[in-house]
Amino acid sequence: MRHFSAPSLIWALAILLPVAALVSITVGTVDISLLDGLAELTGGSINSQTHTILIDIRLPRILLAIAVGAVLASTGAVMQGLFRNPLADPSLIGVSSGASVGASLMIVTAGGFIKSGALLGLSLVAVGAFVGGFAATLLVYRLATSGIGTSVTTMLLAGIAIGALAGALNSLLSYFSDNDMLRQISLWQMGNLSGASWTKVIVMGAVALLLMGLFPRESKALNALLLGESEARHLGIDVQRVKRRLIVLTALGVGVSVALAGLVGFVGLIMPHIVRLAIGPDHRWLVPASALAGATLLLIADSLARIVVIPAELPTGILTALLGAPFFVALLLQQRRDV
Amino acid sequence: MSLVADNISLHLAGFDLLRNISLEVETGKVTAIVGPNGAGKSSLLKVLTGEMAATKGQVYLNNRLLQHWPLLDKAQLLAVLPQHTMLNFPFTADEVVGLGRIPHNTGLSKDREIITEALDLVDASYLQKRLYTQMSGGERQRVQLARVLAQIWQASHLGDQFLVLDEPTSAFDLSHQKLTLDIVRQLADKSVGVVMVVHDLNLAARCADNLVVIDAGVIAAQGCPEAVLTEALIDKVFGVKSIIAQHPETKRPLVIT
Repeated sequence: MRHFSAPSLIWALAILLPVAALVSITVGTVDISLLDGLAELTGGSINSQTHTILIDIRLPRILLAIAVGAVLASTGAVMQGLFRNPLADPSLIGVSSGASVGASLMIVTAGGFIKSGALLGLSLVAVGAFVGGFAATLLVYRLATSGIGTSVTTMLLAGIAIGALAGALNSLLSYFSDNDMLRQISLWQMGNLSGASWTKVIVMGAVALLLMGLFPRESKALNALLLGESEARHLGIDVQRVKRRLIVLTALGVGVSVALAGLVGFVGLIMPHIVRLAIGPDHRWLVPASALAGATLLLIADSLARIVVIPAELPTGILTALLGAPFFVALLLQQRRDV
Repeated sequence: MSLVADNISLHLAGFDLLRNISLEVETGKVTAIVGPNGAGKSSLLKVLTGEMAATKGQVYLNNRLLQHWPLLDKAQLLAVLPQHTMLNFPFTADEVVGLGRIPHNTGLSKDREIITEALDLVDASYLQKRLYTQMSGGERQRVQLARVLAQIWQASHLGDQFLVLDEPTSAFDLSHQKLTLDIVRQLADKSVGVVMVVHDLNLAARCADNLVVIDAGVIAAQGCPEAVLTEALIDKVFGVKSIIAQHPETKRPLVIT
């Protein structure tokens, strides 16, 4: 038996997310009341300092958190379906480990340029992460694809192998870096939304909208794939094409979000899992509900990251795990009681 | 129209799994495939359904090469129940059966109606809202059977329909074995062509119009059960001494070992 109907969960999240966003606008090192914030957003300017904080710092950060959370959780749901494994996550196809190597490489080799240099408004680190992530995914995909199609099992193993290789390269790069670089690398790996800008919001938002537009077209195929690949084919699904599309979209989504926000863990693995426990595995509901839940979690985590150690900030990735893990454990305990 | 295997052979990794097999699955009839373990029954089904390509020979669905059918059209004509399904996600029975409606565009309310009827037919109405992962083996198999039935529930304008079952009764108790045979017969009466792999010779003898015996990748015999099931053949193919009697009511052959 299930605890929630899918539409009611989606409605609840669709109400919770804007509420959380509004509250998030008011919190931070400088307190801004909800009324002032709303007045500012609707055009009635209060003063230039509030304006700067709201429009240039908090709003892009909130929007970036929403887009990144939605992308990570929805790609997580898609990968778990594609791999027929509820413990799969987007990093399995190598994208996170590749991105991590790309970013570290940039930090170590181009450390001097990073503070001044910017490419298309995005930092070199972001570009390195994106290229690294895409290259690793391509490699994993190639390794797993033979004449008879892409083997999901081989892909899983290749992902693990590439992940291990990337881990070694990362350690090597860390070993040769100085203290400052080391700190940058480890901060990046914790995941951080503090560098949000409108450029990042536009890029990430476009990717998120693209994914949200294209994923629903594959949800029936994903449902059929849960039965097994040959069963899906017997239901008229072109399995190879679906796999290729979903892997490309996931690599794009996760690649961009890792490039812009670093390695924000937990959201992609656990949010779809939690949502599935609540409403079941039907991807027509699971994918959008996971996106909303991921966006909400990351937004709340990032808001807390801004206020728990005022005037400093914590990396967002720490908060997502701190918030999500106990909730997940509670759900597992609840499940255990039900069975 | 029919599902035809025309002189197919299958070589895989240096082994001859199937050799020169010709078989016609006719609409309105039940074709049962029997044979010892490893004889190639499942491989034959895989070639018949297009899951594996034959090394030699062709498969025709309604006079058109199987691989020339668009996937979605083929799915409206040919439903396949595998021996095991890997599903380990908590779908409800309703949702699993609903997957069988993916190739169709009949709308939500019609699909719901078909799902309910299909579950009812396999005696699984009580499972409707239960989670697949919490069902017994026999219950799961019945839900999967309902799924493939839902896939070919209505006649298609694209041509005659076929149902392929790989050991559909393996997880069933006596009453559900009988139920499955009744369903298969009903489908044949609605001019669906049914082909199934069965282990129990008596079960095969009871339901088959055409009985195909496979041994070591070749057809050892095929025809009506009365003609095929002889003591000599069972000795030769299965290496078991037996007596062929006649069922007192159905007059079908009865293998006693």
